[in-house]
Amino acid sequence: MMQSLALSVALLACGSVIMAAIVAPMLQHQQNIQRALLCGLLGLTGLLACAAGFSGLMNDGGNIILPLGLPWLPMHLRVDMLGAFFLLVIGVLVFPVAIYSYGYLKHEQRLTPLAIFLPLFVLGMMGVVLADDAFSFMIFWELMSVSSYFLVTHEHQYIENRKAGFIYLLMAHMAGLLIMGSFATIYASTGSFEFAAMRDAEIAPLWASVAFLLAGFGFGTKAGVVPMHGWLPDAHPVAPSNVSALMSGIMLKVAIFGFIRITWDLMGSGDFQWWWGALVLAAGSSSAISGVLMALQQHDLKRLLAYHSIENIGIILIALGLAMLLAEAEYPTLAALGLIAALYHTINHALFKGLLFMGAGAVLHSTGSRNMEAMGGLIHRMPWTAALFLVACISISALPPFNGFVSEWLIFQTALMAPQLDGTLLTAMVPFSAAMLALAGALAATCFVKVFGVVFLGHARSACAAEAKEVDVWMKLGMAIPALCCLLLGVLPALFIPLLDRVPYTLLGTSLLSTLASGSGSAGQTSTALSWLWLTPIGAAHASYSAPIILLGMLVLGGLVFWWLHPKGIVIRRSKMWSCGNPHTHARMQYNATSFSQPLRRIFWDVYQPEEHEHAERRQHKLLTTRVRYVVHVSDMAVKHLYQPIGRFTLWIAKALRHEHQRDIHAYLAYTFATILFLLAAFT
Amino acid sequence: MSSMFFQCLQAMLMLLMAPVLAGFLSTLKARLQNRHGAGILQPWRDIRKLFGKEVVLAEHASWIFRFTPYIVFTATAMAASVVPALLLDTPLSLTADVIALVALLGLARFFLALAGMDIGTAFGGMGASREMTFAALAEPAMLMSVFVLAIGAHSTNLTTMISHTLTTPLLIQPSIAFALVAMLMVAIAEAGRIPIDNPTTHLELTMIHEAMLLEYSGRHLALMEWASMVKLLLFSTLIIDLFIPWGISVESSFIGVLLAFVIWLLKLIVLLVALAVLETSLAKLRLFEVPQYLGTAFVLAFLGLILHYMLEVGA
Amino acid sequence: MSSMMAQQIIDGLAALTLLISFALLAQHRMLSVLHWFAAQGLLLAITAAVVAYSSGEHELYISAIMTLLLKGLLLPWMLWRVIRELHVHREVEPLLNSGVTMVIAVAVTLFSFHVIQPIQVTADLVTHNSMAIATACVLLSMLMMITRKKAITQVIGFLAVENSLFFAAIGATNGMPLVVEIGIAFDVLIAALIFGLFFFQIRDTFDSMEIDTMNASLVHKDDDE
Repeated sequence: MMQSLALSVALLACGSVIMAAIVAPMLQHQQNIQRALLCGLLGLTGLLACAAGFSGLMNDGGNIILPLGLPWLPMHLRVDMLGAFFLLVIGVLVFPVAIYSYGYLKHEQRLTPLAIFLPLFVLGMMGVVLADDAFSFMIFWELMSVSSYFLVTHEHQYIENRKAGFIYLLMAHMAGLLIMGSFATIYASTGSFEFAAMRDAEIAPLWASVAFLLAGFGFGTKAGVVPMHGWLPDAHPVAPSNVSALMSGIMLKVAIFGFIRITWDLMGSGDFQWWWGALVLAAGSSSAISGVLMALQQHDLKRLLAYHSIENIGIILIALGLAMLLAEAEYPTLAALGLIAALYHTINHALFKGLLFMGAGAVLHSTGSRNMEAMGGLIHRMPWTAALFLVACISISALPPFNGFVSEWLIFQTALMAPQLDGTLLTAMVPFSAAMLALAGALAATCFVKVFGVVFLGHARSACAAEAKEVDVWMKLGMAIPALCCLLLGVLPALFIPLLDRVPYTLLGTSLLSTLASGSGSAGQTSTALSWLWLTPIGAAHASYSAPIILLGMLVLGGLVFWWLHPKGIVIRRSKMWSCGNPHTHARMQYNATSFSQPLRRIFWDVYQPEEHEHAERRQHKLLTTRVRYVVHVSDMAVKHLYQPIGRFTLWIAKALRHEHQRDIHAYLAYTFATILFLLAAFT
Repeated sequence: MSSMFFQCLQAMLMLLMAPVLAGFLSTLKARLQNRHGAGILQPWRDIRKLFGKEVVLAEHASWIFRFTPYIVFTATAMAASVVPALLLDTPLSLTADVIALVALLGLARFFLALAGMDIGTAFGGMGASREMTFAALAEPAMLMSVFVLAIGAHSTNLTTMISHTLTTPLLIQPSIAFALVAMLMVAIAEAGRIPIDNPTTHLELTMIHEAMLLEYSGRHLALMEWASMVKLLLFSTLIIDLFIPWGISVESSFIGVLLAFVIWLLKLIVLLVALAVLETSLAKLRLFEVPQYLGTAFVLAFLGLILHYMLEVGA
Repeated sequence: MSSMMAQQIIDGLAALTLLISFALLAQHRMLSVLHWFAAQGLLLAITAAVVAYSSGEHELYISAIMTLLLKGLLLPWMLWRVIRELHVHREVEPLLNSGVTMVIAVAVTLFSFHVIQPIQVTADLVTHNSMAIATACVLLSMLMMITRKKAITQVIGFLAVENSLFFAAIGATNGMPLVVEIGIAFDVLIAALIFGLFFFQIRDTFDSMEIDTMNASLVHKDDDE
């Protein structure tokens, strides 16, 4: 047993969150204290998790065996590099969300369920990251799933919420089953539930593939990989916004963590087969594209963000798939680069998606609506929320100088530096996935122009948007922290990457910087005093990007132009808008979410297969139109062509078997008898 | 230090030459259409005049609308100063590689589209929607065609890519030809020229880029117009750099840079003449034929990439 | 001409052939399809000539000239006349939309490269790269036949398949005279057959119907095919 600072702090974080789960529900009658305690302890947990993550990444982690759990299998906990990084991801979002929740939950009537399940949810996620044996991993995993189910159905008075919650629970359990199957497969070849033993064991290639597939589908379901994403766009919108921020920001990442843990850590990169990486790459590309395409057609703000989570999980998987392909082809340095890109995008997505959901929550809080078609002009009434939301929009659109660009840039570099792999298909797949990444990024920018433009700019489209108020200081503060992190991670990636670089060192035995430092030539540049300025993952001659210089250059140049052009002491004249001289403008004549995405709906008609209804009322003559009504509905193809047939098939089987349930007692006795016979035959 | 001087010189040149070349292009088009034309310096006169005019903002324009011209101009100018036009190895050329360059232009476009939606006119929203849609389709095609060269050179740094092209022996490389055609197609779309968009139109239903600028006036409008001229020059220079870089100065000597300037100007003129002839002889595409056009560019670039692996590496 | 240079030129020509196959697939207007088809014939002739020059096989010059006359000029001209007389300048909506067709086309190209690559490595002719491209062109031309409704585009697709086979023959055998000769003979035979059918049909309908009805009926028959 090896104790360390990181592990102690991590255990402290768990302790604080357990305390929140126990103490906060007891204060049912003093809502203010309950809220303060809940948010305070959650915030503390976040800070501690951050600290544990940092110290785990800087120094070595440790492990501990707690006398909990099964008699022959005590609970193994461990902080390794991978776990420490994900602890950091958890902490960095839990902290601001806790602050935000203090404001967001002010008018919440039923606080107690949240006070129980929110800490348990966070505990489950931290436990998964810390677990060092399959048993405690699954315990914490299920804790995370079940508590998040109760959070999703928090507002259970609405039927759609219960429905979304049910689908979520169903798919989460299916995922749990698959993951358990994966562990069982590995257990079959190692004979131990402890991760340490699993790491050392050799697994036959066939069983390794089975375990990989089970883990891939299990964690993929939880992460929302297309086509197993059916639960995600329903569950995220109905949860309270602070919970959606955590679910989308971290819980999906915990699924990614589980996937990396099983494939990279427990099985090891030596076991990779060429089609694993190809499969992950294909799943990533298809998730990225279909996620963003579906997001473009949404007008429910939170549902749109949920589809973007699918897109970003796809992007992370593209990076992971590249890394797996490269690790299999024995290019460890490039594989390390791909892994770093995946992890970088993981933390980036946690930050900006958390921020986006918090912003959506702020908008929902003050307008009472999630429908984008009812909003508009909120930038005038909610300036802070608008500015912070804009930061997240730019980040997720992968535009400099914010963080989303850095991780996508790293993925592009991985794809471009990849040498020719075996076989034309693989070789062509790598640049093709890079192109899909480019398409996804550009479509995401389109989508977020739509979001920001429709929600915050223009005129208010309804009374609720016209009377919106800015949110309180806690919510603003909660949103400001991730916004700042987005900027920092975007401008100073060169400081953060050495920290990340330790993860591939433990998983691959190679780290990016060490190979570069030992290499000759231009790589030497990275170790100069100005290394924080330059992001040169493979050496300056190949690719370099300097966000600080670009940001500084833009600030200086923009400042100069502004100073030079701006007349001093003259107030700019305001006037009615021109609009090509058309005086009859109305808020409803603005482009809204549906019209903004109309060109794409038409271009990708075959993908969407939208149901359009146009209804025109005419008086006397067909040219005298008085009123036109246009209704369009875009349904998720996966739901339509995969989930519903499966559902129908299951029902059909159930109906076919129905009469077997309506027999008399003898039939049931006969079933029991047959089962006993079967079991006896099978196990002797 | 002299490379720093040339860097500044080159950046200034890009900014100052852009309106002149835009004027050259419109004069050339006018001549081709049997008109006299307003002269090469007309864009400069327009910009100067607009700088002196008063700015009128719509009543409820937010800060986004006010600051967008500065952001758009700065991002475009920053991108332009990164591209090596005269000197191969300039200090700034390392700060952003080709991908970052595309992303900087993406940033400019993002704010431009937001500004289009800020006032809340139907035209602004329409322009924003169309611009973002087509940009989303153009961007992968452009990156794909850049990738063909980047994979060959094992680098996304423009400087390295150019010197790779300069040092490899001259061979017939079909992949590069494919990439060039794709790049030309995308550049026309991105710069908003015929047959995708018409920069001189003010017919509401056909415009894309101009629809977002309708509410701008005075110096804001000047900055926006200037930025779009810089963008045209930037794309031309990028094409020159990637496909026909011969003549760029490798050392930072005065004579070399001067010679490089003359050669760069000649190459630009050839490109612009081709563009003028193209714009005069083609009609604007129907809006929903544009995706097909951009899709063709993407397929071409992708074919180039496959051919690169097949014919040039795999052999 | 060095063999390196010949290799370069043939690679370039192969790439162009692939490009033309894609262009044929992407076009909707009958006349542009025809232009691209003619260009393909021209390109074949040039390829044959280059291979003839670099390999010293003088029989190939003859086939180059034959290709030029037959595929570059004669066939396009005859098809052009058919198109003019039938007034079918525009392809009606293709069965698949162009985006999907292009995606399939790219996938097909990748697939043929994937399949042919192992064979290529062993070959040491100047033309060994063109094998994969020729296969891709064959498949693309077949794709063109599948996705189009009009009979004329299907015929052009069929002829393009034949062109690609010819290209493959040059690539694979460096112009073995016998194969080439048979290929061309086969080509002429097919062309003659097809045109026989065409003119037969036209004459058949001419006897019985008015011009307008004839067009309608022809279009109708084309759709049935």
